[in-house]
Amino acid sequence: MTSLNLETVSVRYGQRNAVMEFSETVRPGEWLCLIGPNGAGKSSLLRAIVGIVAFTGNIVVDGTTLRDRNSRRRAQLVAYVPQAPVMPTDMNAYEYVLLGRNPYVSHFGSETMHDNSMVDSVFDRLDLTDLAHRQLGTLSGGERQRVAIARAVAQEAPILLLDEPTSSLDIGHQQQALELVDKLRREHGLTVVSAMHDLTLAGSYADRLVLMHEGHRVVGGTAQEVLRAETLAEFYGVSVHVHHEPDGTVAVIPRRSLRS
Amino acid sequence: MSQTSQVRASSPWWIPTAVAALVLALLCGAMIGPAGPTWWRVPLELLNRLPLLTINSGVTASEWNIIWLVRMPRVVLAGLVGATLSIAGASYQGVFRNPLVDPYLLGVAAGAGLGATFVFTINRAGSSTWLVDPLPLAAFACGLGAVLITYVVGTAFGGERSSTTLVLAGVAVTSLVTAVQAFLLQRHTDVMREVYSWILGRLSTATWTDVRLVVPYVVLSSTVLLFHRRLLDVLRVGDDEATALGANVTRIRLVVVLSATLGTAAVVAVSGLIGFVGIIVPHAVRLLAGASYRVVLPLSLLFGAAFLIMADIPGRILSNPAETPIGVVTAFLGAPFFLLILRTRQASR
Repeated sequence: MTSLNLETVSVRYGQRNAVMEFSETVRPGEWLCLIGPNGAGKSSLLRAIVGIVAFTGNIVVDGTTLRDRNSRRRAQLVAYVPQAPVMPTDMNAYEYVLLGRNPYVSHFGSETMHDNSMVDSVFDRLDLTDLAHRQLGTLSGGERQRVAIARAVAQEAPILLLDEPTSSLDIGHQQQALELVDKLRREHGLTVVSAMHDLTLAGSYADRLVLMHEGHRVVGGTAQEVLRAETLAEFYGVSVHVHHEPDGTVAVIPRRSLRS
Repeated sequence: MSQTSQVRASSPWWIPTAVAALVLALLCGAMIGPAGPTWWRVPLELLNRLPLLTINSGVTASEWNIIWLVRMPRVVLAGLVGATLSIAGASYQGVFRNPLVDPYLLGVAAGAGLGATFVFTINRAGSSTWLVDPLPLAAFACGLGAVLITYVVGTAFGGERSSTTLVLAGVAVTSLVTAVQAFLLQRHTDVMREVYSWILGRLSTATWTDVRLVVPYVVLSSTVLLFHRRLLDVLRVGDDEATALGANVTRIRLVVVLSATLGTAAVVAVSGLIGFVGIIVPHAVRLLAGASYRVVLPLSLLFGAAFLIMADIPGRILSNPAETPIGVVTAFLGAPFFLLILRTRQASR
């Protein structure tokens, strides 16, 4: 299992600071969830870890800073599922998941038998075998999300980053996708960092939540510690009722401001 | 469970089919023409010329000269030009993730046109005594130069990973270069006709020298592009995700664009601007054999060669003894095809 250390990570887009000196340690096998209002810097932080945007500070995986790794080695350590994955309509699901093997294929080489059997087993484990030969353009939202996760799994990286994995899904598929991530995490010892808007779901799946606001890390801890009505009122500007279930689940219920 | 075999199952017959199409096109190209021997004697004579085979084809020595020195260089050159434009077009469509771009996108055509205009305006007649014909050299150098300017400007202003700024820089450089060319032509209206005939593209003056001139570039550029066919599939998920998958997007784009441009500039230098080949052929291949670049690149190469050889044939016969420029033939076939692609793509959205 692999740890992830973020040391004063900052991301700038021109004049705008998207992430400001963010520090956090994600323990091996932990699921950390970034929460915060739109524009808080959650996605930018994930994109910095995966190497899509430039950053200052240090990102350390198992003691080695990611900057010292080449792009293929980094992709062997960190897999990423974006909020809206690009899915070429005329590519089939098998070809798409096979792209996850890119970090292991030499520049001008092609996939080996091992890569292909690896992808076969991913389809098997994720119960996606029926989708393998479907064109991506014909898949439903839930199927697309599972195929995107399958590609990240095929990457065999110990760290999995998920940007809004449930944003386009109905409540059943939201649960299905998160259960899948949780299962993979337990089976493969993955370290997971996700950004999520649904606070109740975030709180019930993640081990720890970190609240971000305008690029800063505001507060981190368990769902009980972070999901407090006063905190959410301050940083989201909402009025919510926080309900604690007997099993420890924290439900965040928005309240109407005015009733006529 | 063998899904692997099924993924590639779409392709095993396409390569042999494409090779057969190319051989057929080569034969047709060698057999058809206004002068020369009866058509069916040509394949016999070609077999006769192979080592260890003796067949009496009834082709005289002068007829053989027509086949070997007039028709064959033209056919082979058409094949090289068609293959290069098609594979370069497919590669450009891959790195820019836009199905409607052609290899002329970043200004290679405009640059080559300007180079040719320079030669015609300065002193075309005088250069006939030169050791090397300056026309293809100038076209090649200016075509390559225009794309390099586009690349430098595009990456300087657009950050390192933006293909949109690269395309816009291409548009700007193309307009600028075309303006210079128009200015030159206004001052030298006497050469306008020659320049436009060059721009329309022609293979009629092809010799083995032209073939030898372009072969190294064509081989180099096609080889590099074929090596990138798997990486072009990775780029299909966009720059960000390709980066997350460990691909060095900037470097791949640079290498692919430069190799495709090198090949294109070389063939443009000897054949002029033959439009639409780089769009029609890769798209026909996608419709037939699927969109994976592992299939699209090699098939575009083979079918592109076959297509341009066949497209050159009506040009020779239609208005004999005058020639219909091949650029006119390909545009005539290509423009409706282009609209068809546009329509089917919009329908599928």
